[in-house]
Amino acid sequence: MKEETNSMPAHDAPQVNYLNWSHTVKSWLLTGDHKRIAMLYLISVSAFFLVGSAAAGLIRLELTSPRGVLLENETYNKIFTMHGVVMVFFFLIPAIPAILGNFLVPLMIGARDLAFPRLNLLSWYVYMAGGVCAVIAMMTGGVDTGWTFYTPYSSMYSKSQVVWAICGAFFAGFSSIFTGINFIVTIHKMRAPGLTWFRLPLFVWAQYATSVIMILGTPVIAITLLLVVVERTLHIGIFDPKLGGDPVLFQHLFWFYSHPAVYIMILPSMGVISELMACFSRKRVFGYSFVAFSSLAIAALGFLVWGHHMFVSSQSMYQGMVFSIISTVVAVPSAIKVFNWTATMYKGSIRLETPMYYALGFLGLFLIGGLTGLYLSSMATDIHLHDTYFVVAHFHYVMVGGTIMGYLGGLHFWWPKMTGRLYSEFWGRLSAILVFLGFNATFMPQFVVGYLGMPRRYHYYYLMPEFQIWHVLSSFGSILLAVGFMLPAFYLTWSYLKGPKAGPNPWNATGLEWTTQSPPMSHNFDEPPIVTEEAYAYDAEAEEAEDIEEAPAAKPAHAPKPAGG
Amino acid sequence: MGNFPLMPEQASTFAGPYDVLFLVTTILTVVFTGLVSALVVFFALRYRKGNKVNRKGAHDEHLPLELTWTILPLILGLVIFFWAAALFTHMRSAPKDAMEIYVIGKQWMWHIQHPDGVRENNELHVPLGKPVKLIMISQDVLHSFFIPQFRVKQDVIPGRYTTLWFEPSKVGRYNLLCAEYCGTQHSEMGGFVEVMEQAEYQKWLASKGARNFDQKLTMEKAGEAIYKQYNCAGCHEANDSIRGPSLAGLFGKVVALEKGDSVTADNSYVREAILSPNDRLTKGYIASMPTYKGQITEEQTLQLMAHIKTLGVAQPKPTMAPAVSPPAGSTDPSVPDVRPTGTPE
Repeated sequence: MKEETNSMPAHDAPQVNYLNWSHTVKSWLLTGDHKRIAMLYLISVSAFFLVGSAAAGLIRLELTSPRGVLLENETYNKIFTMHGVVMVFFFLIPAIPAILGNFLVPLMIGARDLAFPRLNLLSWYVYMAGGVCAVIAMMTGGVDTGWTFYTPYSSMYSKSQVVWAICGAFFAGFSSIFTGINFIVTIHKMRAPGLTWFRLPLFVWAQYATSVIMILGTPVIAITLLLVVVERTLHIGIFDPKLGGDPVLFQHLFWFYSHPAVYIMILPSMGVISELMACFSRKRVFGYSFVAFSSLAIAALGFLVWGHHMFVSSQSMYQGMVFSIISTVVAVPSAIKVFNWTATMYKGSIRLETPMYYALGFLGLFLIGGLTGLYLSSMATDIHLHDTYFVVAHFHYVMVGGTIMGYLGGLHFWWPKMTGRLYSEFWGRLSAILVFLGFNATFMPQFVVGYLGMPRRYHYYYLMPEFQIWHVLSSFGSILLAVGFMLPAFYLTWSYLKGPKAGPNPWNATGLEWTTQSPPMSHNFDEPPIVTEEAYAYDAEAEEAEDIEEAPAAKPAHAPKPAGG
Repeated sequence: MGNFPLMPEQASTFAGPYDVLFLVTTILTVVFTGLVSALVVFFALRYRKGNKVNRKGAHDEHLPLELTWTILPLILGLVIFFWAAALFTHMRSAPKDAMEIYVIGKQWMWHIQHPDGVRENNELHVPLGKPVKLIMISQDVLHSFFIPQFRVKQDVIPGRYTTLWFEPSKVGRYNLLCAEYCGTQHSEMGGFVEVMEQAEYQKWLASKGARNFDQKLTMEKAGEAIYKQYNCAGCHEANDSIRGPSLAGLFGKVVALEKGDSVTADNSYVREAILSPNDRLTKGYIASMPTYKGQITEEQTLQLMAHIKTLGVAQPKPTMAPAVSPPAGSTDPSVPDVRPTGTPE
């Protein structure tokens, strides 16, 4: 075992790294370093997550009573719109690509930086510009259209700050286009010698597939939202029938992007899970090429299923059938991934560290999220469930259970690389368990109340007071979930400031990012790495044999020793 | 709050087959989630680091296994798809003899009009065991007509008709909801559906009629009044004339258009031909008809079409309504104005 990685003397002169080479504000705000930009994203995306979560808390509070608790209808509608807009455009979409992807793609392929460092910085500024627009929309009265901006309500009827909110989403979209371009070029052109496509970590494959969706899909939503603004401000008839437009056209355009956007959220998370399953099972990911190509299959098929959001929208029956069957097929690549991850654990040497807790939690939640998609891709079952809390529960299982579990798992896995520090395993595992339990407690009741017929975006439900019990259960669950989400903010901050030094490779993981120091220096690698082996060259069997010989006292050789911490 | 309801009441003929499919999908979900979760937990415990178990012969890949777990979910998925598609086709194909009721959605109420003139708001009375077809349109934003106990839902859209059918199977009072977000009072846009025994329903229709006797007018009669008011017959005579095509027997006919294509005259086409007549001109005619957009409400359009449906039909269907003709253009004071507003609110 690589004992030397853990025995670095704590009193060493502080190494120069990307974080500490300069502390000036200018060195941060004008940086081209992908790692610093990732940190800028980490801070801003976390801030938006806080805003979105606060809105979610208010929603859960309101729904504990059939007649609401605090808010007026108008305010409630603005709160759930804010929750959706902020979480989708400013948290879920950028979270993994812009933070973990930004930080890791160059490191994983042995490059100094992304292909276009200044474009990368620009993407953060554009993201922030979008964020400022969204904040202006909130501060000047809010938006009440729902994050879907359905027309003609958004274009002609809503009296709220629709244009500002749309500007926010529009800018955020460009930021992800820039990130996508950067990743694609970088992955094509800047891989280290010897790093062939099929030696790439699956995380990189997932980022690649995501980038393809970003640059093909995002322009469509940008144009669509612009058309809403055109109709709203200039009264040019596009979506409102009173002006000669077609309201259903908007839904087609919107979902042409927004369904693939779900894959923008979930694919990077799947990439993280592949890394975690391999490292903490000490095995190569089972069926590497199936997992890699299933990402591409999802990216491609994901563009052909948008109509399953529109089975009751007046779309024709036959059109519905086409979308329904393709939606059924797109579930298969996701199933392939889940089965392959499970098989990866078989005969592994499994370490249940914090990131693995998150990965296992991901599996459970994503299974439920994915399988409940079957109810919604089947036209007959969708009719009753469409626009109810069943759908709300389903997509939270995919987006929160899928994306956030993967994001937090990845953040805990690479945190020692990003900051050079370790965090408390106890608190880490506790937060993973709380998030998992709290999440199920929050959203499982919503499946039931949705099947009972509770429509989404309802402030009051006094016509159906019998639903209250399920709403109350869900709201209690959300308290648990909130605690689970808050814990990392505390112990990771502590870790950043006072955590024990991590060393270059605390998990004893393979992958180029672990061969350089933690945190890495600005130029990532002193020598350009040369790759001579497949990804995930783990050997559970050999490691077990070694452990038994070397450490009969059951001292985990791989575990980070919090030396002097 | 004392009980834990687990499923909505079954009150239409769709509910039974729907719930069977729902249950089967649920079983699939539970079995797969359980199976994979159990495997994950089992592997995590058995192969935990330090456990002395046989780790020899682990694979990195295994094509037969990959094919199994690719093809098996695909087949199961397709079974559910075909099952659901068949049920969906049934749910979308209204029987020919279905009773037609008209629905207009507006912020934030449902306005319902029975063919014999009875109108109601946020309430829908229907007879037990008789297929009912709703023809629906919105006069402002998107709405969605949702009756959970019937397992039916259909978006209600401005500018085009959508339809929905069901056959109530149980007497009782059920939720009528709006499922598509439509603005401030979206969550309060609703009321109830009352399923009544046939005889009760007839009684209800009659009494409802008696209460508003003065305004009681079948949709066809109301449409006839509008037809006269706008002098539609001036151009649309019994036979095709130089000014306009005849409307006799129009519904269901294939109309050749000036641009060369053709269209089957259905509700949506006729509505468009009244409100924006020049968009799709009938072959051989020039754009001489004025547009009635903004002048005729959605409700009046529906009445006008009910009247046009009677043109050229030898024996108009007898209706239950007493043949009283009140002054043209009078409206029921108990019904809020559903006139479209020209400008957004």
